[in-house]
Amino acid sequence: MSLLSVEELSVTFTARGRKDATAVDGVSFAVDQGQVVGLVGESGCGKSVTSLALMGLLPRKGVRIGGRAEFDGQDLLTMNERKLRDMRGSQLAMIFQDPLSSLNPVVPIGIQVTEILQRHRGLKGEKARKEAASLLDRVGIPDPTRRLKEYPHQLSGGMRQRALIAMAVACAPRLLIADEPTTALDVTIQAQILELLKELVDQEGTALLMITHDLGVVAGLCDEVNVLYAGRAVESAGRRELFAHPTHPYAHGLLGSIPRLDAPRGEPLNPIRGSINDKIAWADGCAFAPRCDHYTMECLTGTPELTEPRAAGHQVRCVNPVLPTAEVPA
Amino acid sequence: MSLLELDDVKVHFPVKKGLFFDRTVGHVYAVDGVSLSIEAGQTYGLVGESGCGKTTLGRAVLRLNDITDGGVVFDGTDLAKLPGEEMRAFRRRLQMVFQDPLGSLNPRQNIESILSEGMAAHGIGKDQAERREKIKDILAKVGLPSNALSRYPHEFSGGQRQRIGIARALVLEPDVIICDEPVSALDVSVQAQVINLLEELQESLGLTYLVIAHDLAVVRHISDVIGVMYLGGLVEEAPSDALYAGPRHPYTKALMSAVPVPDPEIEDRRERILLHGDLPSPANPPAGCRFHTRCPWVQETKCATERPPLLDTGDGHKVACHFTAEIEAGTVKRTLATGIEAVVGTETVAAEAEEVSEAETEAPAADAPKKEPATVPAQADANARAKATDAGEARTKAADATEEAADAPEKAEDSPKT
Repeated sequence: MSLLSVEELSVTFTARGRKDATAVDGVSFAVDQGQVVGLVGESGCGKSVTSLALMGLLPRKGVRIGGRAEFDGQDLLTMNERKLRDMRGSQLAMIFQDPLSSLNPVVPIGIQVTEILQRHRGLKGEKARKEAASLLDRVGIPDPTRRLKEYPHQLSGGMRQRALIAMAVACAPRLLIADEPTTALDVTIQAQILELLKELVDQEGTALLMITHDLGVVAGLCDEVNVLYAGRAVESAGRRELFAHPTHPYAHGLLGSIPRLDAPRGEPLNPIRGSINDKIAWADGCAFAPRCDHYTMECLTGTPELTEPRAAGHQVRCVNPVLPTAEVPA
Repeated sequence: MSLLELDDVKVHFPVKKGLFFDRTVGHVYAVDGVSLSIEAGQTYGLVGESGCGKTTLGRAVLRLNDITDGGVVFDGTDLAKLPGEEMRAFRRRLQMVFQDPLGSLNPRQNIESILSEGMAAHGIGKDQAERREKIKDILAKVGLPSNALSRYPHEFSGGQRQRIGIARALVLEPDVIICDEPVSALDVSVQAQVINLLEELQESLGLTYLVIAHDLAVVRHISDVIGVMYLGGLVEEAPSDALYAGPRHPYTKALMSAVPVPDPEIEDRRERILLHGDLPSPANPPAGCRFHTRCPWVQETKCATERPPLLDTGDGHKVACHFTAEIEAGTVKRTLATGIEAVVGTETVAAEAEEVSEAETEAPAADAPKKEPATVPAQADANARAKATDAGEARTKAADATEEAADAPEKAEDSPKT
């Protein structure tokens, strides 16, 4: 039994006078205790909306959510707001992409951290402040007691992200959702933050759902990887399997189009043609078909199913997968 | 003779204060003495993290920022001292592609108007009809349909907008294009298209590029020579392959080790050099070597007092570090930890002190035998354990253990970790 199991999650935004926009179109995955699962994809693939839906952070009006998301046997999607509020912060916690806009600019860091401790752990006054200081110290913020009195703008980008992580782990949540936690940061700071997340997962046994566009980050951190395209998972596998044998043409193309630090110079990249705007609805066929080099008429007849053409546990949503005969990009 | 030569360029922004009189209370040393030269037809890549002054330097070449001191010699003319009108004429030959493709295009102008504006200003083409022909030609080169002419920027995708930005530079037939983060706003699949386009254009038109980016992998892919900037100065400059094969400056080493590689095998094997803390403020840069506050190899002599010059260490590989040779030879050891202990708990709250120091010694000690089966780390391991009682000492030992494990990277590669 997985800690979190998401089945056929779909999110559609509706607005009067406009066509419905389906951001997530049947995403399924599971996260076990102590496991790091990655959701990877480019902008517009529905990865952030998935995380917001799980946390119950999407607006109630104008959004249609379908499917199931069971956390420890309870469906997060149908849970009432009061119950959800108890879960958020204590059982489930989230780290957002932009650390400046997710902190309140007019409230000192200390108050923002102790708020959670008070709400979920009932700590007050000096006790809460002490705990907050040790949390900041845990994530590597030097001189935590001074920092608690400071406002978010007085902290550097890396430090703000650490403060957010400290808030997220304040109640030792069982599942941590990190939505692009390092995208706004420089590489050396990114390395610090990733190392910190790794350590937290190892020591606390927290499950981590890592949402990112960076395949490099995924390669170093995630146990299981789900590649999303246009709101659906097109390939899911363990990270070694996925990076060694990308089988869906999209995942294959994505890996071939990244300039790599360790690749020999002078070879042109193999980009995927077109852009995400060239998609078709999943109901009509494979959304990736218009950009795919392998597409046939078969791709345009209904949604392709998930199959396991290579290895058990390596799921691919494609009727013409890239199989071993093709060269794996070096 | 190089096409573009920068000689000790400095760009300092005054920090002003005061109600009635703008008193200058200090300076932000955005670029503080950068010298480099770019050959015709070459691509020079400038990398560094945000706040290191790379964008300011790029803009200073075009005099979009005032140059405080130093020279920018382009094709024999010092641009830094040219009066306004003459500089304007020179800008035709030096063009820029900006980072944010939507922000750098006027949303109320259609593509034809955007592209012909510069041509009209520089007197290219007799009339609009002639300009339109030329624009169509360029649009085809950058891979946009000719019906794009009457459309507006919002109608295009991010990748297409960046192509428009490139076309805007190309219509003026420049010699040098300064690309400031040309692909960082784009998705990876589209990024590759634009990188390939830049390379094709360079080949067919003989362009010279100065590419400014924070993404080392992108820069390495397109550049012939790479310069690494830190806090307003170049710390290392080398041909692309040489820099990748053997970074010599401690900052470059840390930067390279921090870039994630999309390959789990490599990610599991390699050793990250984690830096302490954040970039210091360029308004108040540290004395001596700018990097000494975060450098894992920092020494007591020289580093904090003397600013190292950028010196050639052979084969055009230039490094600004007092101890390049010593670090290479291994006679200068790391004085600061570079593992997880660099990230958590530099200062420990009393209650947690014991727990943390234990975790710190355990972590590398447990790692060492896996990384290297030889006897050396086992010894270090034992030492570390024996002294684990004292927090301070334990930390240095832990650093030693990581150090020694790192000394034999080849061996570590041979033995599979899992």
